[in-house]
Amino acid sequence: MATAFQKVYTQISQITKATVSLKAKGVGYDELATINGKLAQVVKIMGDDVTLQVFEGTGGIPTNAEVVFLGKAPSLKVSDQLAGRFFNAYGAPIDGGPEIEGKEVEIGGPSVNPVRRKQPSELIATGIAGIDLNNTLVSGQKIPFFADPDQPFNEVMAMVAMRAKADKIILGGMGMTNDDYYFFRNTFAGAGALDRIISFINTTEDPAVERLLIPDMALTAAEYFAVEKNEKVLVLLTDMSSYADSLSIVSNRMDQIPSKDSMPGSLYSDLAKIYEKAVQFPESVGGGSITIIAVTTLSGGDITHAVPDNTGYITEGQLYLRRDSDVGKVIVDPFRSLSRLKQLVAGKKTRKDHSQVMNAAIRLYADAANAKTKLENGFDLTDYDNRCLDFAKDYAEHLLAIDVNLNTEEMLDVTWELFRKYYKIEEVNIKKEFTDIYWK
Amino acid sequence: MTKGTVSGVVSNMVTLRVDGPVQQGEICYIKTGGDRLMAEVIKVVGQDAYVQVFESTRGLKVGSEAEFTGHMLEIQLGPGMLSHNYDGLQNDLDKMEGVFLKRGEYTNPLDEERLWDFTPIVQLGDKVQESDWLGEVEENHQPLKIMAPFQLKGTATVKYIAPAGQYKIHDMIAMLETEQGEQIKVDMVQHWPVKFAMTNYTEKPRPFKLLETGVRTIDTFNPIVEGGTGFIPGPFGTGKTVLQHAISKQAEADIVIIAACGERANEVVEIFTEFPELIDPHTGRKLMERTIIIANTSNMPVAAREASVYTAMTMAEYYRSMGLRVLLMADSTSRWAQALREMSNRMEELPGPDAFPMDLGALISNFYGRAGYVYLRNGKVGSVTFLGTVSPAGGNLKEPVTENTKKVARCFYGLEQDRADKKRYPAVNPIDSYSKYLEYPEFAEYIKNHINDRWIPKVLALKTRMQRGKEIAEQINILGDDGVPVEYHVTFWKSEVIDFVILQQDAFDEIDAVTPLSRQEEILDLVTDICEHDFAFDNFLDVVDFFKKLINVCKQMNYSAYQSEQYNSYVQQIKDMIK
Repeated sequence: MATAFQKVYTQISQITKATVSLKAKGVGYDELATINGKLAQVVKIMGDDVTLQVFEGTGGIPTNAEVVFLGKAPSLKVSDQLAGRFFNAYGAPIDGGPEIEGKEVEIGGPSVNPVRRKQPSELIATGIAGIDLNNTLVSGQKIPFFADPDQPFNEVMAMVAMRAKADKIILGGMGMTNDDYYFFRNTFAGAGALDRIISFINTTEDPAVERLLIPDMALTAAEYFAVEKNEKVLVLLTDMSSYADSLSIVSNRMDQIPSKDSMPGSLYSDLAKIYEKAVQFPESVGGGSITIIAVTTLSGGDITHAVPDNTGYITEGQLYLRRDSDVGKVIVDPFRSLSRLKQLVAGKKTRKDHSQVMNAAIRLYADAANAKTKLENGFDLTDYDNRCLDFAKDYAEHLLAIDVNLNTEEMLDVTWELFRKYYKIEEVNIKKEFTDIYWK
Repeated sequence: MTKGTVSGVVSNMVTLRVDGPVQQGEICYIKTGGDRLMAEVIKVVGQDAYVQVFESTRGLKVGSEAEFTGHMLEIQLGPGMLSHNYDGLQNDLDKMEGVFLKRGEYTNPLDEERLWDFTPIVQLGDKVQESDWLGEVEENHQPLKIMAPFQLKGTATVKYIAPAGQYKIHDMIAMLETEQGEQIKVDMVQHWPVKFAMTNYTEKPRPFKLLETGVRTIDTFNPIVEGGTGFIPGPFGTGKTVLQHAISKQAEADIVIIAACGERANEVVEIFTEFPELIDPHTGRKLMERTIIIANTSNMPVAAREASVYTAMTMAEYYRSMGLRVLLMADSTSRWAQALREMSNRMEELPGPDAFPMDLGALISNFYGRAGYVYLRNGKVGSVTFLGTVSPAGGNLKEPVTENTKKVARCFYGLEQDRADKKRYPAVNPIDSYSKYLEYPEFAEYIKNHINDRWIPKVLALKTRMQRGKEIAEQINILGDDGVPVEYHVTFWKSEVIDFVILQQDAFDEIDAVTPLSRQEEILDLVTDICEHDFAFDNFLDVVDFFKKLINVCKQMNYSAYQSEQYNSYVQQIKDMIK
């Protein structure tokens, strides 16, 4: 691998599970190297002592391994040829196709100047009322699903991706099971959408540390299409908890003091650097956009764990899935789910009554939850309580369930219908301006 | 100047071998591949200076050269900062080229070519001290003072003062002669190291003037004052940023500085987009005219995040020395604390609680201490009101940043997950939140003179009712609707009236979003009348029915333009209902 001008080092002074140290000169921070062909990256320089993080682990590396520094940070070759292809964490094809030709770009590049961004304002319709009605998505947004591992988040995400009108869909799979990888592949192929899809995949069979490259690879490709081609790009990242696990492995091996939940103290910044790549560009720079939909798996629904907690502070909302035992379906939980950008489109790109109807329905659904508690505690229910319970069932069945596929106008009409069916006009607390029109 | 060479790199912490003296906090520039990377000294051991680099260190090599500047991190202060968008190091973001932030690109925060209409204040022969007002220019309708250099020692005599006319910021507008006979040329620009507090005032009394924000749960229930401090902790999704934006839009301040510290870029974009369109409710001018944004979003370099809050505070103090009322908002101070933690970790310091550095508490209290209402040497007053948000890990308020902030901030606006889930916005918990200013006799005196002497007793009575309402709700939950007397339901529903009519406010409704003080006074009176009315009901179902109707009318009132026909008719309806 070494060319004539590259110096080959053969004296490794220290090997840990993830890192290798040696004496070397003229090495740049973040630079890539190969150690007996295995890719590694410079993570620490102290005088002549250079520490390298070996992505696939240090197993089998001898103290006299050949170390060659490549003089560049991890990079990806970008061009239109990326479309329709599957790659590993290093950006090398895994679908048997040819190598990509194109401009070589370092991954994890600089941030967009905030004054060069545009406020997102384009609605992404998914047909799922739990999303479109209650937690409307907007292009340029970043939002994760918070879900336990047994919930059908990958299915919902694939459905959203297929229905959203994106020019490119980029899938970053981290610690994905082989089965899920094939699920995505088959779904994309089945929808005839393969030519719009680019995938960077690290499965559970691949080394864990390699995952750290996946989001940056996916987003470097996304930036190419959004900036150079002015396209609307949707990036799917699953699962970011696996990514964070890899961060903690590396920081642990580097003897860093862990903060909450054994995660590195820099977790917030590490995650923010990824999620903040979501952007809407103004027309003056082509009007492209990057929207990120991610998955953060929870352990037993615990959102106070450092990964979901930090994620929640970075992303523009979060979506929760929950099985509703009353209707026997998976629903988008209206209480804890939130899309922070919804007010940019609700009532502006959708019908004017959108916000008020949404809030009223959720408030009544909350009243139903209270009534349910009363019922479980053995108290008598009032007429209002009973009406709330009936409303909640209909609301979950016809609107919150993930198998709903309506446009927003229909969603609003269905909600008004349910209001009229179960409530008196003063119980819904909606502005007169709207009840005058829709309370018929 | 001292020079250094790079001897080690770990992420953004770089070790430099230096050839001369360096000071703690000194700024240096490291050269790498044509870029100059700004860095700050954070530790010195023998000949090794440890610096934190404000940029990405990718590609940095051992042996790269660094030049020290001889000064700490400082910013330039002068006319021309209003309406501008800066990063944490005061680079003008609009002057940067390209879509992406380029490493090593530093831009001038001030416009050197713009002409300002200058009017002198002092006369030849006047004696002045540091920060004394020499003259005035106007920017966006704000009278900005041109002051004697902040670094001036002792008294100096005015030897020259420019006549009224147009000048650029670097033109000489005065010549001062010190007691030692040294001649000092004065232009419109000051420099100040951001980590040091400005103490150019004679006294910092307890603040007492209500700062109107138009947010009812603040103004009526837990008021903040000019020069006061407050903080807003809350789990994600409870509306910290929406509340902060509402305050920054509506507060009665001359200058508003927003430090977006380690938060989402789109939130800053929202300000860029909306503020130039929105109108300041107090002056009728564009909001952007009085606003400065310091944007160091979460994806921008971590070290500059720490600097950003200090940069913002220094600007606020600068305007305060001109006798202006400044409101400073920082979102979020937790991100600043995390930046400190990342660095402390890289320096391998022994960690304090939750791996934060041991001096976190001291840093937070020093920072909040820089806010305040002050008397200037010329008898004028100025103020820096500071409101910070805190993003507690896991929403748990027993964490170091929240605890340390609670010790110093005088107002506490605790956002609550449960209220947010129920869409009771703003989700400020009415029972745990407090404003210490309500207890200040100075404040009571002010309210008595400017509103009336019934205001504070009424507010306190409503607070007690909220507490009682919560207790009864718990009892009803345990005993059931029939298990408590009907009067209990009445008391509970009275607390719901307070909640729905005063505390809850629709930040996205044009009218409800901002409630002027006079309107708040009327609502307070009305709600007090409802609460003090004796109702007689036969059973709890009638109670629920009645109060739901009443609340509905009250909400329609809140949505109607003040004193419009509609508004008056709703008020009348409410009065009829409690006859």
